[in-house]
Amino acid sequence: MISGMARAATTADAFNAVAEPRRRLILDVLAGGERPVNDLVRELGLGQPQVSKHLRVLREVGAVEVRDHGRQRLYRLNGPALKPIHDWVKSYESLWSERFDQLDVVLDELKQKEEGDGSDE
Amino acid sequence: MAVTSSGTATVTLPTDTQILITREFDAPRHLVYRAWTTPELVKRWWHANRGEVTLAEIDLRVGGMWRYVSRSDDGLEVAFHGEYREIVPNERLVSTEVYEGIPDAEEHAALDTLTLTESDGRTTLTVLVEHSTKEGRDAHINSGMEAGMQDAMDLLEEVAVSLR
Repeated sequence: MISGMARAATTADAFNAVAEPRRRLILDVLAGGERPVNDLVRELGLGQPQVSKHLRVLREVGAVEVRDHGRQRLYRLNGPALKPIHDWVKSYESLWSERFDQLDVVLDELKQKEEGDGSDE
Repeated sequence: MAVTSSGTATVTLPTDTQILITREFDAPRHLVYRAWTTPELVKRWWHANRGEVTLAEIDLRVGGMWRYVSRSDDGLEVAFHGEYREIVPNERLVSTEVYEGIPDAEEHAALDTLTLTESDGRTTLTVLVEHSTKEGRDAHINSGMEAGMQDAMDLLEEVAVSLR
């Protein structure tokens, strides 16, 4: 029903593309340099159709690029396409880091109060 | 006194609709839980140094509501609220989270699961934020973007002050 449609619609966005664990593995391998599909199949231990399917999703959002080299198709990482995700995660991390730094201060006080009481817990 | 900082928060995206926040604290978990669920204490840390928490309401029972409002230094107000779904004191707290700044906010509620585990007096905190829709997740990401923008503004201001 509706959720099925919603899922189909999400596949063409960078956040979705990198959320799939096997796609992250592919990106990790490609971070080491350009690779033909066969290398990816071998290194990931997945079937070729599966790898091709994931590569297609990654290409749709621009996370990987492909070029023909003789009879091979070579895939490589396209970092800038993933920058919005990196930027968002970093800014969200910084929001929570600042909250937690304040929380450290509150916890320190609670700890001292409790030790001072020498009572409960 | 010892430096209390236990490191920065780690944020990962386990699936396409989940956000996972992790952080370790140098305190037992019943204190982390208290700081997380006591309005006067929430007001002291939730602002993230970006303004002040003007409202923190917590009705800590299953079916009870929570609502936080914060106002940034330049007057931008953001509000979140939700309903408690599962409560295991000092261990686990499940609640919905609605960002009030988007249309059809209720429909795009996230489900937040706080877990606290303690070892040698230290506590590992995780918050798993699960969205049921892409719109909800995108709205969350956009609210984070606003926070990111705020960061940039703050930095700019600091630079401006240092130049005076």
